[in-house]
This record gives sequence, structure tokens and C-alpha cells, in this order.
Amino acid sequence: MAKSFSGMKINPKRYHRSQLKFYMILVPMALFVALPIMFIISHAFKPMNELFAYPPRFFVRVPTFNNFRNLINLAADSGIPFSRYLFNSVLVTVIGVFLSILFTSLAAYALSKLKFKGKKLLFEINTLALMFVPIAVTIPRYLTISRLGLIDSYLVLILPLLAIPVGLFLVKQFIDQTPNEVIESAKIDGASEMQIFLKIIVPIIAPAIATVGILSFQLIWNDVVGPTLYIDSESMKTLSFYFSTLAALVGNPVAGQGMMAAASLIMFVPNIVIFIFLQSKVMNTMAHSGLK
Amino acid sequence: MIRRMNSPAWFLTPYIVLFVTFIIIPVILAIGLSFTFFNTIETPEFIGLRNYIELFTRDEVFMQHVLPNTIRFAFIVGPVGYMMSFLLAWMLAQIPHRPRTLFAIILYSPSMTAGIAMAVVWTVMFSGNATGYINAWLLNWGFVQEPVQFLQSPEYLMNIMIVVSLWGSMGVGFLAMLAGILNIDQTLYEAAYMDGMKNRWQEIFYITIPSMKPQMLFGAVMAVVGTFQVGAIGVQLSGANPTPQYAGQLMVNHIEDFGFIRYLMGYASAVSVFLLIMIYTISKVTFSLLGEKD
Repeated sequence: MAKSFSGMKINPKRYHRSQLKFYMILVPMALFVALPIMFIISHAFKPMNELFAYPPRFFVRVPTFNNFRNLINLAADSGIPFSRYLFNSVLVTVIGVFLSILFTSLAAYALSKLKFKGKKLLFEINTLALMFVPIAVTIPRYLTISRLGLIDSYLVLILPLLAIPVGLFLVKQFIDQTPNEVIESAKIDGASEMQIFLKIIVPIIAPAIATVGILSFQLIWNDVVGPTLYIDSESMKTLSFYFSTLAALVGNPVAGQGMMAAASLIMFVPNIVIFIFLQSKVMNTMAHSGLK
Repeated sequence: MIRRMNSPAWFLTPYIVLFVTFIIIPVILAIGLSFTFFNTIETPEFIGLRNYIELFTRDEVFMQHVLPNTIRFAFIVGPVGYMMSFLLAWMLAQIPHRPRTLFAIILYSPSMTAGIAMAVVWTVMFSGNATGYINAWLLNWGFVQEPVQFLQSPEYLMNIMIVVSLWGSMGVGFLAMLAGILNIDQTLYEAAYMDGMKNRWQEIFYITIPSMKPQMLFGAVMAVVGTFQVGAIGVQLSGANPTPQYAGQLMVNHIEDFGFIRYLMGYASAVSVFLLIMIYTISKVTFSLLGEKD
């Protein structure tokens, strides 16, 4: 019994023959999942003759940057330089991620450690909002935003995406793990709640902050609804918007595919790079993600 | 200044203001508008339950296509995606740290590729002429005589939507379940084997799932929400709203169709409210199903 158990441990330290069966499922699964992404990478670097080739080839043979160059030129032709879209995207994403992290962790601290009326109710409403699907209320959201006079401003690309119920939920659960003694002793030393938050809590909850950062980055960087519905001035639109209009901008569908693949790659790479860097922090946060 | 910030208001105000403005108010507004006739130009006119009555008795597209499609889509993508997430997470927990991290990143990566960004892959893969990869293979191997119109034909569109959605279903819930499995106290397993637990299936059902129930529930909510979030996929794949013969029409597309194409905002709001109620109900049912297991 003890013998058989040692072979099938959760979270093993090293490879063991008994793990082979898992690899036999995981490897094909991973390949299936990675295939479309490899395709995007390969397609983005294909020269025109390979895009048109029949029978089509999966991998690129003579890689070129033409698709990326066309992508930049096409933007310039339609009146807005590519750099402008990029600038807008980076601007709203950086500000948005920062604010989202700040507001979420502030609220999470209050919900976790402060005492006030309606705290439980507030957390329950937020938990209920985990089920909120923004796409379902696109219309009333639009009406609210236009009534507030936010249409056609950078703010409208940021503000609607800042309150992320899942983010608040995760950070709050994470702060719950922090022992109260640390906070109590700081209070005895005369620290205010805000000082405790900034000096003690923020360093401890770095993994949860990284997780919210990733979620918020994905929301803002990939957002197409905002620039499409709420922004009229071309000069304030973002990369995600420009890329979503590519299909209509490029007349020839096959030539367009190369550019669209290049566009997808540009959208995807920052996401994956950030996730790879922060994945251990994300996993750490997720350990406390349970709904009780 | 910071030295005197003790009130919860300092902490909560920004989040609550944004939460109320962009989540609560739109939901309330949707409920309110659903009882009106509103074409965006004139002021909304109160018409009671007429939108809902119309939706369930007169809207043939909704009853014959949108609702059955949504139910079919949700009942496959939701549970299958959820089980896949759990099983893959469970298998990942059985292998060492380094390969696990690599696999986890690969499996999670599709969920980062928000819809639009990846639509190109699928449109090229399933393209309706011989330059489409799937068609080229099928032609090459002699399975078909002429290219299949995958994305334009009602019989294929829905299935392709399901596959594409499953491909991207290993999201936050998957990561949560993986972390949950890894955090289970190892001695629980040892004790259970001492007590006569015989195999890995027993292990999953008696130890793993009960020990990580909170993560299972979190994963379930994420699965339900994720399923309805990807609603726009049919329109992206086929390139048209409505989708060919309404084959890939989901609730979200119906809302868009009536709201932004026909400007019947009151009616579209009624569909929104119905969708939110549906998501809530499904989540609750899922909760009680999962809750019964312990």
C-alpha cells in the first residue's frame, strides 16, 4: 500500500514512470490548444505567395515582416498613424491597470479588515456580480455613459473596466489570510488604516495585485466595445479597435489574413509575456480563490 | 493626510462609485427599459410586460433559434469545459513543477486571446474554399469532392462554435482549480489510503473534490460566466449578424440585433434581463448540484 502510494503523489518532485499516462493525454491536448497559436505566429510572417499557396502550408518557409509593414502602412493610409493607435492603447492600459489595482486592493482591504455597517452585504453583492456579464447590458451601459457625458474621451476607455468583481473577490480572499496581529500591533504604534494598508498590506498582497493586474490588462488591452461604441474621434481609438476593423479595411481576404494574423500576434504577445512572468504569483493567489 | 485616513470611505468610495455606475445602474436600467418601448430618439414609453409577452409568444426567431441555440451551446460548453478544466488541472497536479508550469501556460493561453484577435485563425482554418486548411486536407485525402462551407452552413456553424469555445475554456477557473488541487493537504490522501481507499477514482471523489470545494464552486461560476461571455463568437466566425439561417444566433447576438441594428432598445433590454436571470439561475442550480456532493 505504501509502495503504490509513493508512485502517485500529488505535486511530485520528479518524473516517475507512473506519470507517463498523464503525459500521454496532456501532450496531445497541449498540442491541440497550441496549434492555433502556432498558426498565428507562422501566418503572420508569411510572404504573399505563401498566403495564396495551394495546397496551404502550415509553417512559414521564407519569413518576412511584410504583414507587419502593411499593417502600419494601412493605418497611415486610412488617416491615423499606427503609432497613434499604439500610443492610445498603451496609455489607457497603463493608467487603467494602475487604477484598477489601486481601487480594487483598497476596497478589498476594507472588506477584509475594516469594521463598518453593511460590509457583509457589500461583499455578497460583489460575489453576486461575479456572475455579471457586461456584454448583456451593452445598451443600458451605453445610455449611462452617454448621459454622464463621457462619450469621446479617454476616460470612457478606462472607467467602465476598472471595477472587476472577480479581482476584488480574489484580493479580499487573499487579504483574509493576513494575520490580524500584524495589523493590531501597527495600530498600537499609532498607524492609521491607510498607513497600514500602504506599508504592511500592499507588500504582502503583491501576488494578488499581480493577478488583478493581469485580469485588468486583458480587459483593457483587448477591449473592442469601448473604442467602437463610445469613441467617435478616430485619433482616440486603440489598437484593438483598428485590428477589429481590418477585415473591412482590406479588400482582398487572403492578403488580409496575413495582416490579421500579424495583428492578432501583436495583441497576443503582451498578454502571454505578462502572464509568463507573473504566473507563479497568479497561482499563489488562486489558492485562496474559493467560494465559501 | 494619510496619517488620518481611517474611515472605510477612503478605501471603498472609488470602487463603489465605479461598481454602481457601470454595473448596478446598467442592470437596473435594463430592467426599467425592458418595460418600455424605446427607439433611442423618443422618450421611453411604458408598455408594461408587452416586450416579455412578445418575446415568448411572437418572436419566432427567439423561440425557434436563439433560445434553443443558447441552451444547447451553454449546456455543452459549460459542463464540458468545466470538466475538462478540472481533469486537466488534476492531471497537471500529478506531474513535476516545471513541465506543469509549461503545460498550464499553454492551456491557459487561448483564454487570453479575446475573441476578435483569434477569429482569423478559425476563419482561415475553416474557410469555405480550397485554401481553407481543413478543406484542403479533406480534399487532399478524398473525404470530400468539393470544399465544405463550414462557416456559412447551419449544420456546421454551431459545432465549430462549440469547439472554438471549448478551446478557450481553460481560464481563471482552471487556474483556481489547479491551485486548489495542489494545496490539498498531502496527509489526507495518506490517511485515506490507510483507511482502505483503493484507487484514484475514489481519491478524486472522496478526497480531492471535497477538499477543494470552494475552488470547484469558483470554477463553476467562471465556467457559467465564460460560456455566456463568448456569445459573440458565431457572428465573428460567420461574419454576419444574423448568422446564416440563425444557426449560430445566441442571446447576446439577439440583443445586439434588436438594440444596435433595429434600435428597439426596450425589447433588447427585455432579452438582456432574461439573459441575466438565466445566468443567475444556472449558477444557482450548479451550486446546488455541486453542493450535494458532500
